Amino acid sequence: MTRSLTLSGIALALEERGDGPPLLFLHPGAGLAPERPWLDLLARRFRVIAPWLPGWGDSALPDRVGSVEDLAYLCLDLADALHLDGAALAGACFGGWIAAEMAVRQPGRFARLALIAPLGVKFGAVTQRDIADMHAMGHDDYLAAAWADPARGEQDTTVLPEADLTAIARGREAFALFGWKPYMHNPRLRHWLHRIRPPTLLLWGAADGIVTPAYGAQWQAALPDARLEIIADAGHFPLWEQPEAAVAALARFLLPG
Amino acid sequence: MRSWYFSEMAYHPAWEAGLARGSLRVVLPNETLDPHQAHRLLNRYLDEFALCDELGLDIMVNEHHATATCMTVSVPMALAIIARETKRARLLSLGNPIANRPDPVRVAEEMAWLDVLSGGRTELGLVKGAAYEIAPANSNPARIMRRYWEAHDLILKALSTHDGPFSWEGEYFHYRQVNIWPRPIQQPHPPIWMTGMSAATGRAAAERGHVVGTLLSGGIAKPMFDAYRARARELGWEAGADRMAYAAVIGVGATRAEGHRRADQIAGYVRTAPVVAEPFTNPPGYNTIQANVAMLRQGRKKGRIVADRNGNLIDATRASVEDLMATDTVFAGTPDDVFAQIKDFDARMGGVGHLLCFGQGGFLDHRDTVENLTLFAREVAPRLRALHPDRAAAA
Repeated sequence: MTRSLTLSGIALALEERGDGPPLLFLHPGAGLAPERPWLDLLARRFRVIAPWLPGWGDSALPDRVGSVEDLAYLCLDLADALHLDGAALAGACFGGWIAAEMAVRQPGRFARLALIAPLGVKFGAVTQRDIADMHAMGHDDYLAAAWADPARGEQDTTVLPEADLTAIARGREAFALFGWKPYMHNPRLRHWLHRIRPPTLLLWGAADGIVTPAYGAQWQAALPDARLEIIADAGHFPLWEQPEAAVAALARFLLPG
Repeated sequence: MRSWYFSEMAYHPAWEAGLARGSLRVVLPNETLDPHQAHRLLNRYLDEFALCDELGLDIMVNEHHATATCMTVSVPMALAIIARETKRARLLSLGNPIANRPDPVRVAEEMAWLDVLSGGRTELGLVKGAAYEIAPANSNPARIMRRYWEAHDLILKALSTHDGPFSWEGEYFHYRQVNIWPRPIQQPHPPIWMTGMSAATGRAAAERGHVVGTLLSGGIAKPMFDAYRARARELGWEAGADRMAYAAVIGVGATRAEGHRRADQIAGYVRTAPVVAEPFTNPPGYNTIQANVAMLRQGRKKGRIVADRNGNLIDATRASVEDLMATDTVFAGTPDDVFAQIKDFDARMGGVGHLLCFGQGGFLDHRDTVENLTLFAREVAPRLRALHPDRAAAA
C-alpha cells in the first residue's frame, strides 16, 4: 500500500506492506523500485515501512532540506510517528548511510540493524576512492560496476511514462544534492560508529564495484557488533539482483528467534 | 552594435589526442600539453588581445578548466594583463563562473581592483558556467541556481556598499565583515552581464536589467531575446538592443574564399567544444527536471549545442562552414558579406547591441588572426556601430 504522511512539514510517500514484525527500510540512491520482487518477498516476513526519501518518488523536497543529517532526523521522526519501538532498521546504499547516521544519534532506538552495501564512511587515504565515482562513469561503465550482470540493471527510458521519467530525474538530482561533496560520505561519521550498539548485519554483493566487499570489511571492523555476509552473483543491489538470497539473509538476522 | 573580440586561448596541439580520447575536457591528461608550447601560445594570444585596442575593438575574456579548448583559467588574471596593455577598449568578463566559486567576495574584490586598474573599463559577466565545469570545480550541480543567485546578490552588494562592513549569513555563503578595498570606479557597479540559452534566463536578466548573452545559435538566441523584451515590457520598460549580446565565429577575408577559410579554422572550436566524456555533459541538477525528462525520453544526442533557425539541434562536430552559416554560428566572407549577414541577423533577432567575435580559434595562426581582426575592425565594425548607437549609460 502506498500512502502519504506529513512529518515536520514534509510530505512523504511511503510503501507499507506485510504484517510481520516492523522493518523500516531506507532505499538506495537509485530509488526504491517497489515494482521489483524484493519488496513483496520482504513483506512475507516483515511489516515493511519504506519511505521515498525527500526528492525521490512522490516525496517532497522543500528548499530547507539539503543534508543527510536532515534525512536522518526526518526518518527518526518517522519512526516516532509510527511508534516503531524495538523495530529493525535496514538501509541500502545511500539509505545505509542514513541508517548509520540515525543509529549513532539514537543507538537504542532500533533492536537490530542491517546495512546493505552502505555508503557514508571514508576509511582510506586522501587519494584513494573508497566509494566509486558513479557520476564520472558513462552509462555502460556504471552498470558494469553496479551489477554482477549489467543486463539486469538496463532500463529503456524511452518507453517509460512521464511520471516515471520525472521520478528518475528528481531522484538523480536529490542523490547529487545530498551526496556530491564530500562525495557520498560524512568525514565525521567514521569517528562515531562505535556508538552503533545494536547487532548489525553488513550485507554485500560479491561483485559490488561501487563499494567493494573489502570496504564492507572495514565497516565490520569499525562497528562494535557486526557481521559481514556476502551474496554471490550480486553487485551493489543484492536485493534487486538476488532477491531470494538477500531477503533470506535479512530474515535470518533480523527476525527474533 | 559594439564588437567585442575574444579568443579562448586554445591549446589546439592537443585536440587530436582529445578527439581520440573522446573528450577534450575533464579527463584528457595534461601530459598532452607541452608547457613551453603553451608559453608561446599564451603570449601570442595576449598580443592579439592587445592589438584590438589599436583597432578600436572591445575585448571579452572567458574561462574554462581542465580542457584543451581553452587555456584561460582565470578571467581576472587575463584581464589584469590586458588592462595594462590597453587604453581604450572596454574589458568584458564573460564571465566569472560564480556558481563554481567558493568565495564570491573574492570575485567582487578582484573585479573592483580591475575596474580601478583599467580606469573604469570593466564589464562584469556573472555566469553559471557550462555543465562540464562542474567536475573540475567539484561544485554541487543540484540547486546550482540558488547558489548562483546568492553569490550574484552578495557580489553586487559588496561592489556597491561603501559604508561597510556588512555581514552576510546566507544559505551558501557566510561572512561577518564584508568591506572590499579598493571599490570600483563605476558606480554602483560595473555593467552586469549574464549568459544563457533559455527564455527563463532572458526573463531573469530582464528583471535585473542586465545584459544577456548567448552563443552560436540564432534559433536559441531569438526566444531568449524575445523573453527578455517581453518581461521588460511587463515591468514597464523597453529593452533596447544594448541589452542583447550574441557570440559568433567571424571570418573576414579579402575574398569570400579567404573569409570562409578563416571561419572554417576558427570553427574548429565549435567542432571540439562539445566533445566531452558522457558523464560530465549533464550532471544531475544542472539542467531542469523537464529538460532531463526530455533527454531520458529521446535518448542522448551527443555534440549538439548548435540549433538551426527552427531551434532543432544539429551535430556541430561534423558541420561545414556553410552549415554553420545557416545556423548563425558563423558570419564569413568579404567585409560586405559579413556586414550583410550580421545586419540580416540583427533584424531577425529584433536588435542585438553586442557582437562577441570568435575572431581567433584553434588553428588560425597569428598572421591570419591579425588580418582577420584588422579587416573586421576597419571594414565591418564601423558599419555595425552605426546599426545601433552606443548605449548611453551603464546598466
